[in-house]
Amino acid sequence: MSKRTVELALATPGVDAEGWPARVPLTAPRGGGEEQEPPPDLTGEHLLVNIGPQHPATHGVLRLVVELDGETVVRCIPHLGYLHSGFEKLGEYRHYNQIIPLTDRTDYLSPMANNVGMAMAAEKLMGIEITPRCTVLRLIACEMSRIISHMVWLGTTSIDLGAFTPFLWAFQERERIYDLQEMWTGARLTTSLTRVGGLMADIPDRFVERLRHFTRTFPKTLAEIDRVLTRNAVWAGRTQGVGVLTGAEAINYSLSGPMLRASGVPYDLRKDKPYLGYETYDFEVPVGEHGDVYDRYLVRLEECHQANRILEQALDRLPDGPINVDDPRVILPSKTRAMSDMEAMIFHFKQVMEGVKAPVGEAYVGIENPKGELGNYFVSDGTAKPVRWRIRPPSFINLSALPKMAEGHLLSDLIAINASVDIVMGEVDR
Amino acid sequence: METARDGEPVVYVARDRLLEIMTWLKDTPGQQYDYLVDVTAVEFRDRERPLEVVYFLRSLTHRADVRIKVELQSSDELAVDSVWGLWHGADWLEREVYDMFGITFRGHPDLRRILMWETYAEGYPLRKSFPLRGRFSRSEQVRQALNANPEAHYSMEELSIADAGGDLPDDMRERLRRGERGTVPNSE
Repeated sequence: MSKRTVELALATPGVDAEGWPARVPLTAPRGGGEEQEPPPDLTGEHLLVNIGPQHPATHGVLRLVVELDGETVVRCIPHLGYLHSGFEKLGEYRHYNQIIPLTDRTDYLSPMANNVGMAMAAEKLMGIEITPRCTVLRLIACEMSRIISHMVWLGTTSIDLGAFTPFLWAFQERERIYDLQEMWTGARLTTSLTRVGGLMADIPDRFVERLRHFTRTFPKTLAEIDRVLTRNAVWAGRTQGVGVLTGAEAINYSLSGPMLRASGVPYDLRKDKPYLGYETYDFEVPVGEHGDVYDRYLVRLEECHQANRILEQALDRLPDGPINVDDPRVILPSKTRAMSDMEAMIFHFKQVMEGVKAPVGEAYVGIENPKGELGNYFVSDGTAKPVRWRIRPPSFINLSALPKMAEGHLLSDLIAINASVDIVMGEVDR
Repeated sequence: METARDGEPVVYVARDRLLEIMTWLKDTPGQQYDYLVDVTAVEFRDRERPLEVVYFLRSLTHRADVRIKVELQSSDELAVDSVWGLWHGADWLEREVYDMFGITFRGHPDLRRILMWETYAEGYPLRKSFPLRGRFSRSEQVRQALNANPEAHYSMEELSIADAGGDLPDDMRERLRRGERGTVPNSE
């Protein structure tokens, strides 16, 4: 099969003898004149199309080079790195607590869950046990992140496939969670919620009340989205049977999160390697059976319901008590104590100037982020800065299956498949 | 074999036997490490210590994790066998390790830089010998950025660069085979 590329030069009209722009003839001259050339035989000719890096349907600065046979994708080659910021390198020059702001900026659609994942890895390395109240608050942060991330996914995917209304509904819900995040941390996007050994702040007054109000009203929006999309003929037609991956393929491509579960593999770190006490909560893990875009949609929609359930249970059992561990070596003393107590001041000085020293060794903690398994891997040589900080980026690894999924589909399906992967370029490129 | 601070077993294997051991781990009943979580590399601040390539394996059947490490002396050739044949998920992960550390994965079908661009000439960013701000001076970096021809990235040659096969021009295929990553005009 010839792989020669067809280049169609755009017709440039040029100017006529008097300097006026010549008009492009809209119809071919009839009769008289010279013989018409027969149209070229384009069977088997392939066309290379470049999509991105600045294209709304690639969800960020992803660039896809697509080889098309007619409208069918023969090959799809992603080009990454347009948002590469070298977070892992930067992490090697920072104290553990200084790394937390970097994690906000990786998967910026679920910043709080990233903060939690990183802090958990650092605590595992240092052997710190967090307090019960901190555990529940971190779990609330993770599930709130799951909801906003899935809402953004739902909104942008539906807009990619031509449905505008769910986008508005989804973003309204997300806005309500963002208000809660702002209330808690002072920031909507770059939350930097956690500290090694605890949290940066306890939840404010009226937070529980407002989150309860959210959990009561959120299922209504989900039901509306469900009614508009799930049995919608256009939606089903665009998503069912598109981008199918079998369970074995999904495992072989190291997919994680909703992508893996939509292919029928029941693996969820919250159930299978529980952290933050997830094993004590009553929730289901939705698993798809066809592994197509439609199943990924169903899995994510159901995960929102389950996240809401977990939030309700977490609010019911939220214990009182401190949010930080009682260890002056890792937690900064309060301002008053640092200013009045000599010993507290010394600890304050040592922490700020030297950072928290981690023992020699390594630790990997994977948590179930909205996108999939977010892993944080720290290697320490005993100093206050890690030798290596590795993020296992779920959407980077999920995206690597895109060429496989897109092969043989139409170009318009490629957009649906790419949307179903749920990528965030901040995390893909890091 | 040792245990990491998070309780997972860490197994050091010899470089030459990596592929054999990985195949055994994946296919042997009772092991069945069918899921590759991550591939990464570690370089220590102590220059005497060898680089480590770290494989995180998981058995979805047995719900068990194991960490496989291969040590590479920096004086030696930085190369290991690719595990792409066992787990296709290793494709981009190994490309990233190659991009960031300069470790070659033998048998990888398409080992190109992934996050940095094809003509990046400053080296491998996550190596300890690589300064935080890059190897070139700021003025040199600016000069190169201004001299860069972004249009070239959309040329037919660049578009088809990922094919790693048939329709590349001969000189380019030869260049890629030799492992050259292209040159930046006016560097040095």
